[in-house]
Amino acid sequence: MNMSSAAIDLAGVRKSFGDKIIVDELSFSVARGECFGLLGPNGAGKSTIARMLLGMISPDAGKISVLNEPVPARARVARVRIGVVPQFDNLELQFTVRENLLVFGRYFGMSARKIDAVVPALLEFARLESKKDVRVAELSGGMKRRLTLARALINDPHLLVMDEPTTGLDPHARHLIWERLRVLLVRGKTILLTTHFMEEAERLCDRLCVLESGRKIAEGKPAALIDEHIGCNVIEIYGGDPHELSELIGPYARHIEVSGETLFCYALNPEQVRVQLRGRAGLRILQRPPNLEDVFLRLTGREMEK
Amino acid sequence: MGESYAALMPANAYNWIAVWRRNFLAWRKAALASLLGNLADPITNLFGLGFGLGLIVGRVEGTSYIAFLAAGMVATSAMTSATFETLYAAFARMDANRTWEAILSTQLTLGDIVLGELVWAASKSVLAGAAIGIVAAALGYASWLSILYAMPTVALTGLVFASLAMVVISLAPSYDYFVFYQTLILTPMVFLCGAVIPMSQLPSSFQHFAGLLPLAHSVDLIRPAMLERAVSVSAAFHVSALCMYAILPFFASTALLRRRLLR
Repeated sequence: MNMSSAAIDLAGVRKSFGDKIIVDELSFSVARGECFGLLGPNGAGKSTIARMLLGMISPDAGKISVLNEPVPARARVARVRIGVVPQFDNLELQFTVRENLLVFGRYFGMSARKIDAVVPALLEFARLESKKDVRVAELSGGMKRRLTLARALINDPHLLVMDEPTTGLDPHARHLIWERLRVLLVRGKTILLTTHFMEEAERLCDRLCVLESGRKIAEGKPAALIDEHIGCNVIEIYGGDPHELSELIGPYARHIEVSGETLFCYALNPEQVRVQLRGRAGLRILQRPPNLEDVFLRLTGREMEK
Repeated sequence: MGESYAALMPANAYNWIAVWRRNFLAWRKAALASLLGNLADPITNLFGLGFGLGLIVGRVEGTSYIAFLAAGMVATSAMTSATFETLYAAFARMDANRTWEAILSTQLTLGDIVLGELVWAASKSVLAGAAIGIVAAALGYASWLSILYAMPTVALTGLVFASLAMVVISLAPSYDYFVFYQTLILTPMVFLCGAVIPMSQLPSSFQHFAGLLPLAHSVDLIRPAMLERAVSVSAAFHVSALCMYAILPFFASTALLRRRLLR
């Protein structure tokens, strides 16, 4: 790997807390201008990795380089060119929107004049122009998240590290954040985001790494991962005895997964499967294209968001 | 260890100012309430003890009891305001409000944050100490100029007790533990260190021990200043002792806070 071209480079990184392994021999590399996702359920080690990139957690073993700086040794220097959206908002609630940006700009050593010069564009980007003098405590969850994003941009960073940027937001607010992140990618920013939303990962990420219990279980472009691991249609069946049904349709399926009371049937020819189920009362059948959720289910035998 | 510990230290001589200014902005929004809260307790003590006990006690160390007590109250209020600012407000910024976490994602180090918090707490000590001094001067128990002379020691006292309190918050699991520090360490110090009663009243073994405590050094510098007595040779000793009490806990708390915040 050519170090100077990568925004982030991890090699053989390990971290344990006590005897619990949080990150296990993890290696990946993020190119400049790329949106890279760390996808996994809660407890997969995503936040720990994000904090390690910032130098806030030291790895037990392995090498980390961020924007060509060795981390954690020179994390402070790297952070000058990083914007961070943390998992939980840590805005100054009693300050106004503008004061939040002012105070944060000072942490980067920016003068009041320089901060005043960039604030209007940041407010516009975050669609918060009309909220400039409103206390943050009075903002909605989506607005707070957008302000956190604007705050992360105050130092004009090359790289954004976002830990679950849309968790806890309603769908409308989430779509607005996604749209804003795409604008940043068009501007050439590099984004590393952690998420447990398949849709978020599929929509935004050029490449992603699927994690389970701190281990990388797959890596690649979302569409390629889906093709490689699933590569056929999916039929979800609810409302019957999954084990009886799986015997019935087994011969026509490429693969079957049972999770809770749902049966996932992966079949190249879904019509053959539907024929078998015809006339059975009480079944709800949903046919859809495969997605990352199926990849995760296939690789781990369980659904991610449950 | 050595290299990574060095990376925790203040990155330069001015990064901490951004933290101080953040706290100043927050304080300005509630300045009036904060000032009243800062003043009410020591002024009540000054009047209650000063006039009340003063009637019984008469003169102490060659001055009226209330003038003797005023100097002790300036030192004590510097101690308590820096302690409380650090124990409660800085702890909230570190813990519940995640303010430090936000700052740690910028180019500031943990040392920058701790230093900014310490200087901020010392600034509040100066405010509280000055307020008592002004009351004492207005009542004629100290000269206006002598209050000014006492201020550098008040600021240093603030740094000392902010620094000690920083060690406490780096170790305490929650607010509930702060009360032990207050009742077992700070309150005895008020009585041992000559703030309200002359140290000469203590048994001699206590005097030796009490003379080592930070508040004693602070009182021994502030009282002569406020009573306009000659500066003794021991002043240099007291100043260096206070500096040690400010600096050593700074390094200790930064190391302990790393363990707590940056694993």
